[in-house]
Amino acid sequence: MNKRIYSLAGVAVLAASLALTGCGARTDAGTGGGTATKVAKIGVIAPLSGDLSAMGLGIKNSVDLAIKQANASNAIPGWKLELAAEDDQATPDVGKNAATKLASDDQVIGVVGTLNSGVAQSTIPVLDAAHIAQVSPANTNPALTKGADYTTAPARPNANYFRTCTTDDVQGPFAAQYLLGAGIKKVATVHDKTPYGQGLVTEFTKAFTAGGGTVVDAETINPDDDNFSAVISKVKAAGPDAVYYGGVYAEAGPLAKQMKGAGLSVPLMGGDGIYDGNFMKLGGNDGDLATSVGAPVETLSSAKAFLDGYKAAAYADGYSAYGAYAYDAANAIIAALKTSLASASDAKSAREGTITALASVSFDGATGKVGFDKYGDSVARVLTVYKVVDGKWVAEKTGELK
Amino acid sequence: MELFFQQLINGLSLGALYALVAVGYTVVYGIVQLINFAHGEIFMIGAFGAYATWVLMGSPSDWTATTSLLVLLPMMIIGGMVASVATALATERFAYRPLRGAPRLAPLISAIGVSVFLQELVRLFFGKIPGMPDAKSSVPFPDIAGISGATITLGGVIIQMPAIFTLAALAVSTVFLWYFVNRTKTGRAMVATSQDPDTARLMGINVDRVIMAAFAVGAALAAIAGVAHGLMNGNIGFRMGFLAGLKAFTAAVLGGIGNINGAVVGGLVLGLAEAMASNYLGTTAWKDVWAFVLLILVLVFRPQGLLGAKVVDRA
Repeated sequence: MNKRIYSLAGVAVLAASLALTGCGARTDAGTGGGTATKVAKIGVIAPLSGDLSAMGLGIKNSVDLAIKQANASNAIPGWKLELAAEDDQATPDVGKNAATKLASDDQVIGVVGTLNSGVAQSTIPVLDAAHIAQVSPANTNPALTKGADYTTAPARPNANYFRTCTTDDVQGPFAAQYLLGAGIKKVATVHDKTPYGQGLVTEFTKAFTAGGGTVVDAETINPDDDNFSAVISKVKAAGPDAVYYGGVYAEAGPLAKQMKGAGLSVPLMGGDGIYDGNFMKLGGNDGDLATSVGAPVETLSSAKAFLDGYKAAAYADGYSAYGAYAYDAANAIIAALKTSLASASDAKSAREGTITALASVSFDGATGKVGFDKYGDSVARVLTVYKVVDGKWVAEKTGELK
Repeated sequence: MELFFQQLINGLSLGALYALVAVGYTVVYGIVQLINFAHGEIFMIGAFGAYATWVLMGSPSDWTATTSLLVLLPMMIIGGMVASVATALATERFAYRPLRGAPRLAPLISAIGVSVFLQELVRLFFGKIPGMPDAKSSVPFPDIAGISGATITLGGVIIQMPAIFTLAALAVSTVFLWYFVNRTKTGRAMVATSQDPDTARLMGINVDRVIMAAFAVGAALAAIAGVAHGLMNGNIGFRMGFLAGLKAFTAAVLGGIGNINGAVVGGLVLGLAEAMASNYLGTTAWKDVWAFVLLILVLVFRPQGLLGAKVVDRA
């Protein structure tokens, strides 16, 4: 009896694998032979489900838009670009699997992602081993490009990694300068223990105390927690004029709501992780603040192609905080592909060339000047402080970090 | 001192939430010796059921405090209970009953499977129900006039109405449970079954019915906890049952698993320990560490839990 089940199962598995390989072969022949164009894929690794899916889907759609526009204008003659999106569920392990999957696909030549710095830590080494370029629209942890000792001895750990956004060592101090400029000298900090949140708060604290401010209380929350009453009571007892939060909107929204409920009516300020419409939906209050990288997308003339294209494509989800950076990241890869794919016979052999070409890319993108320094960081250091007014984010102050 | 009382209130309200969920672990364990790891998800489904009821009532946002408290909130609680009890009975029927005679690890694994299944079910399909929002990320819980955002200030200590609601819900539920267990036929059948299922069956007790009653009672309280969670924290999400379930299970063990009063005491002690630890023992980062240190200490000196029976594990 048992033997029969095993042999049946074996036959089924065999049949399934035959069917699958058969399928794969047919599609390859179809695209390769029929149109005489070669295919190169740009991967996306981002949270497409879960609490951060609003940002992740914005990234995916924006990359999709860049690819469609490049194909329409025949940006790379003889080549057709395709999107290969993988969900990382904002989890390092899942992200690593996604990176492994993309790395094993010979047509993948570059990857846009990830959203979370913590996930990037596990995807970069996998993609580096396969010589695939990774351009992140959103990782702000300085250590990713400059190594663990980024303040004292910066050293680039992975040559394949670039990013179009600025980093925490710029965002935190910018927030500190803004609060000091607004006359706020006493701040409590809270972070969510992720590399991102901790990085923001560390850099903020350094700049804030150096500028003459006092951090009256430093707390942490657990991202899985929903009830922050104990933290809020403690923060309130310290009597701060503002709360600086290192983390993302999924916790920042409820935190802001519960702060107000507990009678702690001071603004909550965060980084780009809370700069999303969902922050207000989940409880963010008028007067709360966020820093985000670059100038407001809507005010840049160079962003028009992106905004119009995104609207015309009628995606179900908005481009969110990182859409424009993802669009620029995809276009940076496409710009590099123009050099690296020009004489290449297949995508895999052009992977190294793409990384080399990315280092010298330079153009005006949706977020401003796009280009990378010797660490792979964005050359743009422009930031903006946003404030919630009538339930919407409104640009408060744009500037370059001094 | 003000801060002490503030943390006392925080701890008690958080503990009341744990206690309401913990009762579900303990009644089921007391009767079938099953650690129902899917109970955290029953709590989550209770919250979503209440939310769905609110949407079905036309998402009322301009009701007065009186009608909200007398009509809207009770309707939402009942809606949550219907959802959670139905889910609990279905999981009992299809995931646990077929494994009744199996080795004890089998239903435990089944429970973990049910937990993952229910989470994914809500994550993927709640938004597919017409009129319901996507539940792939947190869903803001509706504001109930008279409770959400309302506070009472007592000598500098701010008590939020949702916290009072949670404590009151626990008090009412405890009285109801006492009455149910000690004064009703089904309740006494439950006690008899937990003491000796074989003899209980010989005495003409329908053990299957008693087990279903245990699941239903636990699920009903979990639904109340789900509403309390939404009111206190302002959000519900498909993942909310995981940590709450873990904490409630801890509370049940702390109080002595199988003992209903123990679950209530364990929940309150755990909530208080967390709130006080975050205030007096290091930063808030340490609160879970101290809560579990407390659990280990209690279990070292009283392995049966605070109010547990001398012989808990009889299988």
